Amino acid sequence: MKLAKKLALGVALAFAAMTTAAGAADMKIALVVKSLGNGFFEAANKGAQEAAKELGGVQVIYTGPTSTTAEGQIEVINSLIAQGVDAIAISANDPDAVIPALKKAAQRGIKVISWDSAVAKEGRIMHLNPSSNELIGKMCLTLAKDHLDGGKGDFAILSATTTSTNQNTWIAEMKKQIKDFPGLNLATTVYGDDLADKSYREAQGLLKSQPNVKVIVAPTTVGVLAASQAVKDAGMIGKVYVTGLGLPSEMAGAIKSGATKEFAIWNPIDLGYSATQIAYHLVKGDATGKPGSDIKAGRMGSIKIGENGEAAMADPFVYNAKNIDEFSKIF
Amino acid sequence: MQRLFKNREILLTLIIAIMITGFATRAQGFATPASLTNIFNDTSILIILALGQMTVILTKSIDLSVAANLAFTGMAVAMTNAAFPGLPLALLIVMAIGIGAFLGAINGYLVWALQMPSIVVTLGTLTIYRGMAFVLSGGGWVNAHQMTPPFLNIPRLPLLGLPVLSWIAIAIVIGAWFVLTRLPFGRAAYASGGNPTAAVYAGIDIGRTKFLAFVLSGALAGLSGYLWVSRYAVAYVDIAAGFELDTVAACVIGGISIAGGIGSVGGAVLGALFLGVIKNALPVIGISPFAQMAISGIVIVLAVVFNARAEKKAGRIILRDRAAHHQEASA
Repeated sequence: MKLAKKLALGVALAFAAMTTAAGAADMKIALVVKSLGNGFFEAANKGAQEAAKELGGVQVIYTGPTSTTAEGQIEVINSLIAQGVDAIAISANDPDAVIPALKKAAQRGIKVISWDSAVAKEGRIMHLNPSSNELIGKMCLTLAKDHLDGGKGDFAILSATTTSTNQNTWIAEMKKQIKDFPGLNLATTVYGDDLADKSYREAQGLLKSQPNVKVIVAPTTVGVLAASQAVKDAGMIGKVYVTGLGLPSEMAGAIKSGATKEFAIWNPIDLGYSATQIAYHLVKGDATGKPGSDIKAGRMGSIKIGENGEAAMADPFVYNAKNIDEFSKIF
Repeated sequence: MQRLFKNREILLTLIIAIMITGFATRAQGFATPASLTNIFNDTSILIILALGQMTVILTKSIDLSVAANLAFTGMAVAMTNAAFPGLPLALLIVMAIGIGAFLGAINGYLVWALQMPSIVVTLGTLTIYRGMAFVLSGGGWVNAHQMTPPFLNIPRLPLLGLPVLSWIAIAIVIGAWFVLTRLPFGRAAYASGGNPTAAVYAGIDIGRTKFLAFVLSGALAGLSGYLWVSRYAVAYVDIAAGFELDTVAACVIGGISIAGGIGSVGGAVLGALFLGVIKNALPVIGISPFAQMAISGIVIVLAVVFNARAEKKAGRIILRDRAAHHQEASA
């Protein structure tokens, strides 16, 4: 363990040496992740590098501990302070434990933001959420609409348990926004308890008892997978579609079988891209990051900062047969 | 005695028939042959597990680790399939049965050699096996697109009107009937649970019988591990969470005495089908998801109450007869 930490520190120092070699004029933005070697964060780094190239004169330092610990991140932050980076964008392993180290960084004039997994309010300027409940609800409705002929017809929701906070919030958002989708009708909501067998049976039940339902929306991975399998086994591919939220690696089979045409989840590449863009503008000083203000984030457009300094990046990203192979390798 | 068992099975068959007719009035097409074969196929895995559980319960023990065994074996087989797609399916199935039997043997050994109560042993191994599944997979999923088509499709292949999965269940029902009624092991299982003292005097090694019962239950759980993963086309740590209670419930509903020594293969199968019919009916008859759990719970409790009363009566008759004989002799 100790050795690993030392190695990580060594790598960080090597990075430092490399950065100084790269030229003093470059702006140094550190992308601190929960742990190295995780496909999701590798993808975020890809986005960050893209932003750096686009902005020019920016050096992205991609770093993090070897295991998902707050202690490891604190060491990494301290070494980044020593290197004199201009900004730190962190996906935190613990919202509170990293605050003292981040405060120290802020005192040295380093702009600190968090992304993906938040740091508590006092430790950062702002936090970038991959999406918001509102946008997720809207995305689920859009997905349902896109699977229906002419965007009109019945759909059903297959959720996790009746008490899942996330899913219930998203379903409430969907019900609130359904008036913006004329012709779209929510037939029923069923609960698969995030169990493969129960979700499968509930989806089968929907196929039998709700012949009008042409789309099943499942805002949970287990549900969306089980429903795809149920539709496939019932020979209903092409007649009933399944969509919702899931990870590309898990959903690749459902896309291949045709039970799902498209589904959504946040895109880690865009997330890394936006975090780097925001950090850049904060360092440049052309944005404050205060609640109520806007920050430009290149191709992602302008991101509005809301209450508690939290911002939502964008709609969840849509995955389909065209891009599934690329992303299923990443996460 | 024999007649009483027969009666219970007839009674259970009647109740299931009444339930199906009742549900059919609320959900069109519930009683069609296609729907009924579907229910049988859906219940196949529960039937297989219930038969293993029944053998263990007959010997006055209980196996709470079946679902965890299923999860570990399913994960192991799925990962092997994903890593070595060239391996023939037959080998993977042998591997599943082998791993399952080995995990069952661990339970059996602890119960036999260390004389530990089976509920404690299997409660421990339940957690251990799930934990092992987590360690093995690192918390990752094995998804449909990583598994080979034969691995996924063979249990679904229709054969004489039924999927292969159903035929496997039927073969195991016949096998279990043969083992329990025609082989010395079967008689030993009934004897060592029904009257351990008499069994010892009759030269039956109770510990060995229990050990073999656990191995059998483990082997069936291992086979179910493969069947489960292929049916729902996904393997993750939490598959079949809580399913061990369903297997116990199926046994209890089917008239297998928790005290050991009483029960029949037909009873266990009907008990599993009883649960299967309810599980498949609840999603289609339009009952609020909030009420579903309560309803299935009430039905199980009612069945158990009925069961307990029937058992009590049986016990009294024997005692009374014996007492009567004694009185006659003394008079």
